Amino acid sequence: MTGERRERRAQLATPLGPFERMAEIRAVEEHIQLLFNEGHVRGSTHLSNGQEAVAVGVAAAARLTDVVTCTYRGHGQALALGLTAKEVIGEIVGRTVGCAGGLGGSMHLVGPDVGLWPTFAIVGAGLPVAVGAALASQVNRSGRAAIAVFGDGAANIGAFHESLNLAAIWQLPVVFVCENNLYGEYTRIQLSTPVSDLADRAAGYAIPGLVVDGQDVAAVTAAVSEALERARADGGPTLLEMKTYRYSGHSKSDPGSYRPAGELDQWLRRDPITIEAGRLIDGGTATAEQLAAVSSRIAAEVRRAAADALAAPQPAVAEMLIHVHG
Amino acid sequence: MTTLTLSKALNEGLRKALENDPKVLIMGEDVGKLGGVFRVTDGLQKDFGEARVVDTPLAESGIVGTAIGLALRGYRPICEIQFDGFVFPAFDQIVCQLAKMRYRSLGKLSLPVVIRIPFGGGIGAVEHHSESPEALFAHTPGLRVVSCGDPADAFAMIQQSVNSDDPVIFFEPKRRYWDKAEVDVAEGLAAALPLDRARVLVPGSDVTVLTYGPMVRTCAEAAVAAAQDGRSLEVIDLRSLAPLDTATIVESVRKTGRCVVVHEAVVTGGLGAEIAARITQECFYQLEAPVLRVGAYTTPYPPSRLEEHYLPDLDRVLDAVDRTFGY
Ligand SMILES: Cc1ncc(C[n+]2csc(CCOP(=O)(O)OP(=O)(O)O)c2C)c(N)n1
Ligand SMILES: [Mg+2]
Repeated sequence: MTGERRERRAQLATPLGPFERMAEIRAVEEHIQLLFNEGHVRGSTHLSNGQEAVAVGVAAAARLTDVVTCTYRGHGQALALGLTAKEVIGEIVGRTVGCAGGLGGSMHLVGPDVGLWPTFAIVGAGLPVAVGAALASQVNRSGRAAIAVFGDGAANIGAFHESLNLAAIWQLPVVFVCENNLYGEYTRIQLSTPVSDLADRAAGYAIPGLVVDGQDVAAVTAAVSEALERARADGGPTLLEMKTYRYSGHSKSDPGSYRPAGELDQWLRRDPITIEAGRLIDGGTATAEQLAAVSSRIAAEVRRAAADALAAPQPAVAEMLIHVHG
Repeated sequence: MTTLTLSKALNEGLRKALENDPKVLIMGEDVGKLGGVFRVTDGLQKDFGEARVVDTPLAESGIVGTAIGLALRGYRPICEIQFDGFVFPAFDQIVCQLAKMRYRSLGKLSLPVVIRIPFGGGIGAVEHHSESPEALFAHTPGLRVVSCGDPADAFAMIQQSVNSDDPVIFFEPKRRYWDKAEVDVAEGLAAALPLDRARVLVPGSDVTVLTYGPMVRTCAEAAVAAAQDGRSLEVIDLRSLAPLDTATIVESVRKTGRCVVVHEAVVTGGLGAEIAARITQECFYQLEAPVLRVGAYTTPYPPSRLEEHYLPDLDRVLDAVDRTFGY
């Protein structure tokens, strides 16, 4: 498992790697939607389609030994870091092939061997944990950095302030990556947040804060890489605000009808996969036909992964009782 | 009489509370425009305005802390915590401030704050979205902790909670939001059972079954099933978890000599333990069997595929009833 995950992680450094992984994330999310619609899973799920460039850019910039804490909207991040489609889908549909043996579900994906600590479904909870990982690195000089990925809504909970302050006073090697998708659940950011750029909040902690085009995977990768470099050189933390958008509603049961007409269409015109495809074509790395072929190959792979996941056994009932204590 | 779901009954109760007292406010994440994720506050912002039904940012500690300040200035805020597991960022404000200010001020300050928490499982949600943390609050002196089991109680108890001068943690049985029953919304509170009293829901003579919240319906169904086996269960809906209506409990157990406590919460350290201890103390010579507890296993809330095995159900209740005859 670890070997395959690492290989997948390394693929992000190939010319087509980011495009492929974003296409895979999109296909996986579409499949998950389908599986919920078809009733294979009860409960809810939070899709990240539209936000693929952030997940892939973060993973491409991070080293395998770095850690990423992220949220319930973490399917894309898990795939980007190296987990396979079968492991992610398997977890979400509650099968033993899932990355948590089918016991975690959509909001609790995990893969410590590639830097994915169990994802956080309590908003804001992942930030101080990333700070702790960074503190460990400072103490043991391991050179391992930490990345906290969280939403715009999380920037309003106390844990955000405590974490940025701690990281700043101790100058810790941590990068705070805010996925500003303009909404926290059903509430538009303007109604919950007085600043229009969350990056501005960095000033309150005397750390660098940058606004990044979260739909451009190259821009994300560059910004996170630079922040990580600074972190590893004892330059302290950075707050990066990724301007992005979730195409779906907040969760399975939310059609997103509170969004103004035309907003989604406007963001679809800045689709991260299309933008990356344009760059590859313009740079002569690939032709449109080649990319179309790549996309359909990935779609077929994801279909197979979903079928394999569904065919896998469910965890035994007793499984839920055995991991409570060491 | 009107047929209402439990969530609509809460909605009507909240509406009454807003109508009756201009000092009543509602606040929480997405409670206004959306009307709450379970639609309990549906339509209230439209009718009472944004100043009285307030959408807050994502900030549970801030929400409860603000409610404390409002209460000290004469308001009666009702906070919604979206799901059980999200109360913990606010736990500090609830336990360290909300519960204790009356005591600290020698009774001069009162904190009429209601914190509504949808709790319990059974809807296919996972960790943080299906938990039953009521014992943590019942363990905290200074809080009233209640849970409604049906629409009629939901309607009355939410209003009584708003009227209470003490802080009330109001646990709403999430999976019963869609249960329907007749509710008299024109009825005032004069005839309603006081908030701190338990209700004998099904009278019986062989075994006392004590429960609350989502398990009320399950236990009422157990009484019907047990009757077919010739066993008479007395089902008591506790309603108030802190303080406990010990008198009603003791009266029943002295009569039946057998008792099973049923809750969705993890058995270890749950309310069943407190109740069993009280019964043992008060009914020792009448008991024919130890007080048995039915609850969830001592493990985090499992994913949806396993929750039917995790949660207590009719069979587990009946099995415990049977076991009380084995001594
Ligand atoms: C402490 C806490 N409060 C409330 C919730 C319910 N909730 C889940 S996601 C969410 C909105 C978060 O918005 P944001 O941080 O912008 O992330 P996004 O969902 O947009 O990715 C809320 C309120 C929660 N999970 N945790
Ligand atoms: Mg958001």
